[in-house]
Amino acid sequence: MIDKEQFKAMFSNPNWDFETIQAADEVTSWIGKEFFKLDTYINQIEIVTSEQMLDAYALIGLPTSYPHWKFGKDFVINQGSYKKGQMGLSYEMVINSNPCISYNMENNSTCMMLLVIAHACQGHNAFFKNNYMFKDWTSADSIIDYMVFARDYILRCEEEFGEEEVEKVLDACHSLMDHGVDKYKKPQKLSAEEERERMKRLTKVKSENYNELLRTLPTESELNTREQYKKLKKFPIEPEENLLYFIEKNAPTLAVWKREIVRIVRKVAQYYYPQTMTKVMNEGFATFMHYHIINKLFDLGYLDDGFMLEFVKSHSGVIYQPDYSSPYFSGLNPYTLGFNIFMDIKRICQNPTQEDKAWFPNLIGKDWLDEVIYAMENFRDDSFIAQYLSPKVIRDMKLFAIFDDEDNEFYEIEAIHNERGYRRIREMLSRQYDRSNRVPDIQVDSVDLHKTSKLNLIHHIHDEKLLDEDEADSTVKHLRYLWEFPVELHSRNKAGIDEDFYEC
Amino acid sequence: MSNIIDRRKNIKGKSTNNRQKFLKRVEDQIKEAIPDIISQESIKDSNGGGKVKVPIKGLKEPNFRHDPRSGKKQYIRPGNDKFSEGDKVPKPEEGGKGAGSGKGSNSPEISQDDFVVILSRDEFLKYFFEDLELPNMVKKYMESTTTFRYQRAGYTKDSIPSRLNIKTSFQHSLARQISLKGVYAQKIKKLEEELINEKDENKRLVLEQELEKLNRLKNTIPFFEDVDLRYNNFETVPKPATSAVMFCIMDVSASMGYHEKDIAKRFFTLLYIFLTKQYHNVDIVYIRHHTESKEVEEEEFFNSRESGGTVVAPSLRLMHKIMKERYDPQMWNVYCCQASDGDVWSNGDAVECSQFLKNEVLNEVQYMAYIEIKNRGLEGYLWHAYKKLRKQENFSMRNINDISQIWPVFKALFKKKSLVDNED
Repeated sequence: MIDKEQFKAMFSNPNWDFETIQAADEVTSWIGKEFFKLDTYINQIEIVTSEQMLDAYALIGLPTSYPHWKFGKDFVINQGSYKKGQMGLSYEMVINSNPCISYNMENNSTCMMLLVIAHACQGHNAFFKNNYMFKDWTSADSIIDYMVFARDYILRCEEEFGEEEVEKVLDACHSLMDHGVDKYKKPQKLSAEEERERMKRLTKVKSENYNELLRTLPTESELNTREQYKKLKKFPIEPEENLLYFIEKNAPTLAVWKREIVRIVRKVAQYYYPQTMTKVMNEGFATFMHYHIINKLFDLGYLDDGFMLEFVKSHSGVIYQPDYSSPYFSGLNPYTLGFNIFMDIKRICQNPTQEDKAWFPNLIGKDWLDEVIYAMENFRDDSFIAQYLSPKVIRDMKLFAIFDDEDNEFYEIEAIHNERGYRRIREMLSRQYDRSNRVPDIQVDSVDLHKTSKLNLIHHIHDEKLLDEDEADSTVKHLRYLWEFPVELHSRNKAGIDEDFYEC
Repeated sequence: MSNIIDRRKNIKGKSTNNRQKFLKRVEDQIKEAIPDIISQESIKDSNGGGKVKVPIKGLKEPNFRHDPRSGKKQYIRPGNDKFSEGDKVPKPEEGGKGAGSGKGSNSPEISQDDFVVILSRDEFLKYFFEDLELPNMVKKYMESTTTFRYQRAGYTKDSIPSRLNIKTSFQHSLARQISLKGVYAQKIKKLEEELINEKDENKRLVLEQELEKLNRLKNTIPFFEDVDLRYNNFETVPKPATSAVMFCIMDVSASMGYHEKDIAKRFFTLLYIFLTKQYHNVDIVYIRHHTESKEVEEEEFFNSRESGGTVVAPSLRLMHKIMKERYDPQMWNVYCCQASDGDVWSNGDAVECSQFLKNEVLNEVQYMAYIEIKNRGLEGYLWHAYKKLRKQENFSMRNINDISQIWPVFKALFKKKSLVDNED
């Protein structure tokens, strides 16, 4: 390795070159592994221009994706606000893939480069590789391959069936993307190669297209009891909340190629699922890591004071949390919240107070790094907050809870950062990051098997939250397009009474 | 271990394809927005591929989501500075954003009702012309008024003496003489041999006579014969009309206010864009007139405040003079657009204009448009006088009162004449 003074000289020069990037990658990897036990995928650091970053934004960070107007729209919107100066581009973007690809903006200063490399290539990378959600739900080895497969497949469909037709299918699928996720069954990890094999089988062997809906003759054993016969008439036997999956498997007459597109969109939705579930943790952990790695480098004498001044400024920019009353306020900053909680885990392990001893007996006297890594690996946002949000963080951030009932003329302050409020705030914040709070609970209830093939869906109303009617109307139309038979959606409250009804 | 890649060298525009798809989807909105785009002054300036903004109504990507107004909601907010548990805070009025309250919608979506598409100039023109349905009239004119030029195209055997190509003709003559001499020489040689061998006097005599004849022929081969003559050949080759000139004649008399000039200007701009697409090279001549007419620079044309009474005819004469001097109608496609509020000093002036257009100008221009900017219902003198010209194929007149009418009028002007007539 080159000596410290050389590194120091290199990093204090605000104009980076490729040697600098290489050095930054080397030292951060070394620190990450040596001092913070980080286990990462191999990094692939790509230097991009702002325009390329806009491209990356539009494809939600993937290096490639299937063609669709929506991505063009996102590009146009982002480009517009970027050019007007309404929006800055992030300094980096990182992809959950193996090797772990990260895009770094060319106009970052050296300090920024070092920061984002520590942040993305160590923090996020380790998170992708080790957090249970990502381990269980995504396959980093094959996503790029799969997207290439998806793109080629959709291009072929466009050629064969026309862009318009393909667009209709994709639009419909996209509208159901939030409802295309398996939350309990882990998806099979198919590589692109296996995927192609599967396709071949599908088209070759017609019997693979066996359709549950077309099964009219019950087997003898199923007819044994009247109870069982009744059950058989009900389809599906259990409600299904993965609407895209249900369509893919059961839409009575959907063309094979459309079915495959449904599958592609479903796979993409599944791939993003862990990211939406771990925003606070993921950003918090990456921020925690860049903070520690850079400080370690400084302690070891690789960085000079000038560098650290710039670093502190950038770092505090990242974790800036405007108060609720600030004009800049736009919700809780996930970087701040996550960073604060991880920092607090460290503090509790190192210097616990009486309060901490009562709240986190398990952390007392433990090695802070082990506990941080454990937390990183085994939680997602809602459970992470429920487990680790401490009274101190609540106090520091002055968190308070507002209750908003549409029937009331006023907001009620339900809890504030005091003794009585800690647990309730923690509970409520945890629920705020619970997916079911955001995505309406809609399930396939039944299909009218023998007559109309009508699809019945139930929206289970929670907390009296109704569906946005216009949106629901249009989405039901999309659903009908895919299902190809009538669709009904009942918004049903706890008492089992319909409050809203949509059909198409 | 790690790979470091400089992506900057890669081609950009990964999103181009998707962007096109998106534009296709908002085509209708873009077309609707064309009149708005036209009112942007930037279009003309961006001669070489500038950009145009189009407001687009949000494109819906529906999904199942909660109605943000409904239900019981809880939010956690940071930075409590004054609240205690159990405090009741009045909700902000409907519509008010409740600045500083930090409450309101929990929905993560940012409304995107209006955003801006930056069209490249080419993209804009595509939609512009699509909507215009390429006016047949202008196309026809472009075809029929193509000028021709002569181009050398080899030689021909028959033409007028002035085109005789002496060198080529001489070459042909020389070739003919040499070959003929060769033929005679061979015959002479053969006869001479026969003569030497011939003993019979009578036959010798015949041969001698023959020889003499051949020798005479050999020496008297004509220098030029008709078959030798070659004339330069010319073909008429169509020369595509590649340049156009547009005369903008604007009435700046006291009665033309800012509003009227603005409309005129926008109309001229449109015409300019239109012509730029058709021709490689478009010149604009600005003529402003009140009692006096003069050619001015663009800046002065639109901005000068000078004004006075109205005499129109001299401006047309000035235009005609400039055309004769600098823009030979043989070489240039001449367009003229006259904007006025229709008021003239005297009816005589109006009649003179009409006469002059009919007798001189309209014979030589591709197309002339007269727009009368008038929001009073009455017809101006000019309008009245010009009415007689409406049968002329390359003349159109329209009334515009409001900016919003510019585009429809422009479209109408550049449609088939017959259609325009019917609409009037």
